[in-house]
Parts: sequence; C-alpha cells; structure tokens
Amino acid sequence: MIEIKDLHKSYKMGSNSLHVLKGINFNVEEGELVAIMGSSGSGKSTLLNILGMLDGADSGEYYLDGVPIKDLSEKKAAQYRNKFLGFVFQSFNLINYKSALENVALPLYYQKVGRRERQDKALNYLDRVGLKEWATHLPSELSGGQKQRVAIARAMAAEPKVLLADEPTGALDSKTSYEVMDLIQKINDDGNTILVVTHEKDIAHMCKRIVHLRDGVIVEDTKIEQVRAQEYV
Amino acid sequence: MFNRDRWKEILEVLTSNWFRTVLTAFGVFWGIFILIVLLAAGKGLENGINADFGDIATNTMFMWTRRTTKPYQGLPKDRSFEFQREDVRAIRDNVPNLRFISPRNQLGGFSSGGNNVVRGLNSGAYNVYGDYPEIINQDPMTVTSGRFINYNDINEKRKIAIIGQGVKNDLYEKGEEVLGTYIKIQGVNFLVVGTYKKNSSDGGEEAQKEIFVPFTAFSQAFNRGEDVGWMAITAKDGSSISILKEKIINVMKKKHKVHPEDNRAIGYFDLYEQYNRVESLFSGIRWIAIIVGTFVLISGIIGVSNIMLIVVKERTKEIGIRRALGESPWSIKKQILMESIFLTIISGMTGIIFGALIIYGINALLESVGPVDMFLSPSVSVGVVASALTALVISGLLAGFIPANSAIRVRPIEALRNE
Repeated sequence: MIEIKDLHKSYKMGSNSLHVLKGINFNVEEGELVAIMGSSGSGKSTLLNILGMLDGADSGEYYLDGVPIKDLSEKKAAQYRNKFLGFVFQSFNLINYKSALENVALPLYYQKVGRRERQDKALNYLDRVGLKEWATHLPSELSGGQKQRVAIARAMAAEPKVLLADEPTGALDSKTSYEVMDLIQKINDDGNTILVVTHEKDIAHMCKRIVHLRDGVIVEDTKIEQVRAQEYV
Repeated sequence: MFNRDRWKEILEVLTSNWFRTVLTAFGVFWGIFILIVLLAAGKGLENGINADFGDIATNTMFMWTRRTTKPYQGLPKDRSFEFQREDVRAIRDNVPNLRFISPRNQLGGFSSGGNNVVRGLNSGAYNVYGDYPEIINQDPMTVTSGRFINYNDINEKRKIAIIGQGVKNDLYEKGEEVLGTYIKIQGVNFLVVGTYKKNSSDGGEEAQKEIFVPFTAFSQAFNRGEDVGWMAITAKDGSSISILKEKIINVMKKKHKVHPEDNRAIGYFDLYEQYNRVESLFSGIRWIAIIVGTFVLISGIIGVSNIMLIVVKERTKEIGIRRALGESPWSIKKQILMESIFLTIISGMTGIIFGALIIYGINALLESVGPVDMFLSPSVSVGVVASALTALVISGLLAGFIPANSAIRVRPIEALRNE
C-alpha cells in the first residue's frame, strides 16, 4: 500500500539546515496497523506529513497504492488527500462552528457527494463511533474523547486507503486513549490500513507493528503481538 | 456558485462576528450612500436651474442701447442713440444663421413705476411690450385663451393686447369674460384678444403681469417712431449666438456711428453663455460627486479587504484542516472571494436603498412645502445605480483578491501548525 525508498527531508532554519529524515526505506501492506515511535525530533511527524502529502520530500520515492507521489500541484495534492488519506490529529482539528455531523460530512462535500447521501453517510459513520446522538452538537459541546471519535469518523467518511493518525491519544487521558485505540483497532479489523504516530509505549503495543525512528533513520522495525485495547476499557 | 452549503458557510462566517461585519459593511454602505446622495443632489440642482431657465430659447442674446463713451466721427461722447426698425434688416443682411430677431419697445418696468393700465375702476402697473409675433418662440408662454399677436396685427397696427394671468386677476372680476373687452394703456384703448400664462418660474408673479401688444401699434400709440428699445436675437440651431454676437454688435456700431472700441455703448446679455456656464458648473458638480463618492467607496473597500485579511488569518488553521481533508485551493479562494463580494454587495445595496429612501424623502418634503429655488426633484438614473452595482461586484472581487491569495499561499502543514 505504501512504498518509500530513500526518503530525505531537511528544513532550513535561517542559515543552517536541519536534516530531519536521512534516508527512510519503509513499506506498509494493506490492512496493517503500524505504530511509528520515536522521541520528539526523531522525524516521525515529518514522515507522517510527507506520507500525508502535507509536505514534500527533498528526495526519494513514495508510492501510495502504486501511484507515484511526487511534485504534486496543490490541486492534485488536495485531490489525492481527499481520495487516499484520512487524517486524525492530536488536537482533533474539528471545525468549531460546524456540528459533528457537518464535520464528518466535510470530506464527502469535497468529493462532491450529493447533500442527502452525504448526510446519510456521515450519520452512519458517526453511528459507528457511537456518537449518533451527538450529531447536531458543536465540537465545543463534546468531550476530548468524543471529539477524537468525531475526527476518526471524519477521517473514515471518505473511505480512504490509508488512515494517518498523528498522536491521536496525545491530548487524552489513558482511559479515553484506550477507547480511541479500541476504535482504531476495530477499524483496522475491518481491513483498513492505519499508521499511528505516537511516543507512548502502551499505545504502540496496541498496533501490529512498531517502527522506531531516531534522528531521522529507522532503527527498529518489528512485528508484535497486538494488545487489544478492549481489555482496558 | 449557487450551492447551498457554500452560502451557508458564507453566512456562518459573516455572522460569527456581527459587530465586525457590520462595521466593515458600513464603510462600503457609506461610500455608495454618499455617491448616490451627492449625484441626486447635483441632479436636483440641475433640474432646479433648468426649470428656472424654462423653455426660453437658450441660444439667445438680448441687446439694448446705452450712452457712447467715446467720441467718434465728430460726434461727442455721452451721446444717446436708439436702435431703429431698419436695424433688424441690417442685421439680417449682414449676419447669417440667425433664426429670430425680435425688436421690442417697453412701457413700465424699468422706465416708470406708476400705474399705467386702467380698466373701469381697476388699475395697475404692468410691463407693456410692443412685440413681433416671433417673441413667443424666444420668451415662451402658453396662450390660455384667444390668440397671440400675428403679422396682420403688425401690418395694420391693430391696437390689441394679450394679457397675463396676473393682469387678468387684477383687472377683472372672477369669471368675467376677458376677450373682447378693452383696457386703457396710458390713455389708449386696446382690445384684449388673448390671455397667456408663463410656465417658467423665472420672475415668478411678475412674469404673469405683462401685456403684449403689436410692435407697430405700440410705436404709433406711444410715439416711438422708428425707435427700437431692445432686441432679442436667437441663432439657428448648430451655430452659437455667443460667436455671432460680436458680428451683430459690430454691425450696430457701424450703423450708429459708435467708436469700434466703445464696448459700453451697446448693452447685451448672452443667455447662451450663461446657460453654458451653468451647464459646465453642473458637469463639474457631477464629477465632484463621482470623485468624492468613489474615494469614500474605495476607503470602504480597503476596509473590507483589511477585514478579510484578518478573517483569513484567524481561519488559517481551519483552512489547513480543510486542505488536509482535500479541499482544493481554488475552492478556498472562491470561498473568500464570495464572502468579500457578498459583503460588499449587501452593504452596497443597503447604501443604495438608503440613498433612494433619502431621495424619496426629500422629494416628498419638496412636494409638501412647495417649490424651492434652484432645487427640483433630485434623482439618480437607473444607469447610475447599475454602474454602481457593477462597481460593487468588481470592488468586492478586488477586496477579496489579496486575502484569498494569502489564504492559499500558506501551505497546509503550516496552517495546521498555526495555533
């Protein structure tokens, strides 16, 4: 599903440049649940941004479902993001003047799905994350865990090939974190490919594979026995 | 463009901060409002002055004699002289492109103030003019009953008179038959054959208190011989009396042995020149209105642009989220542009509506208090409103352009980082 070869990325900080990613080689098969771990500054978020086409790599190759991702125009990048990717952020990033339902429906709107169908689909996804009753509520009326579940529903609504979660539990307490991970595991059980960036060991162990990043290179890449979050809920 | 969700969003954004939206809108509102009201006021002034000119043939000059101020050909200065009837022919022969030349003699008015007209027990002081039939084209009036002077009257020196509405009111009882009666002008009886009413507001009451009699009969009755007191000369359409004026006066100077450089011997009033001066004043006023209104409007538009920039800045993160979710840059740009145009048009329309209401109010007021000097039915044309609306759409686009571009210039990754 994801193929990365010799990916390099550096940021310019005034006169000196910071080499963040120093040759990443990395493959993800369909249906995998991968945790990307590393301390801050290890380049994990940068990697996720490049995977998410929010940022471009300096060199290297990146194929998403066989499609080369390189030198995309903003328009093309937007289209690919919409079609291929779902995002879950640490800070939820819901649009605060739109209701939960409207937030979930947003990617469908960009896909030019009709209004009625959009509403139905969005409601369906809200139902799957257990928030059907909260459909008309604004994000400010939801708890952190609920917000993240809305965000996950939004990411799933467009039926992306890959779900990218950047510290999805970073702003949540452990109980809520496990609930969110439980949801992510269930989505994965349905066959969806998911990448989770985290620096929490317990969260990482709820995935099926852990990739360790340090100073811009992969130092460890192991498949693990998944811990079901259900046990902690 | 006519997408329910997009409009919903525009409204959501604009109503999320009411106070700011209203303040911003006020700039554009005020600009258009000022523009409309200024243009209407200019138009009102123009209408007012034009009404004061009435239907007077504006391509006209008036000419009369004064004393010479220079000795010439053995004649002393301070000599008084009179135009003669034959001068009309001389002018006709020497100056082309003249439409009407109407000589006139006058009683009352400038010359004397006492009562000069008697009918039975009633009497009054009126301007009495000895005129040719053409005068009705130069000093228009509506003949309300009977007829005006004709050439038979001139040729046969008939002692007939056409009297104004005001004269009739003074000398006759209400409902009394006027035509066929006699009035005594300085002791000479004249048969009243017509009444007139002037519609120009120029002179007001006085203009209705005039008496017109045939020029020839006047000269005979009041011993004017061949003298002519005053001439009204109208040029043909397409040639300007202001240009011909020089020639006419030179012909008269030559004929009456006036020194060619004696500029004060012949008095004149060039209506056309006055009219043109007023006309150019109006176009000046119009331009001032347009310029002032436009500048006020521009400052309003800068305000909109400014606020849109702030809105974009505030929504940087939101825009980042949208782009992460796959909204195309053009769609975001369109959104910002439409918000800007919408705000501009709504506030501009409000300005137009308020301006129209003010104009309507002033018109109603004018109607209730009666005519005001030099001001009549202020209005703006549909064309002005249409072009104002076009200007609004364009300026809305311009106002949104910079903010919209700055919205999509930020890369989604940076927009998302923005807290």
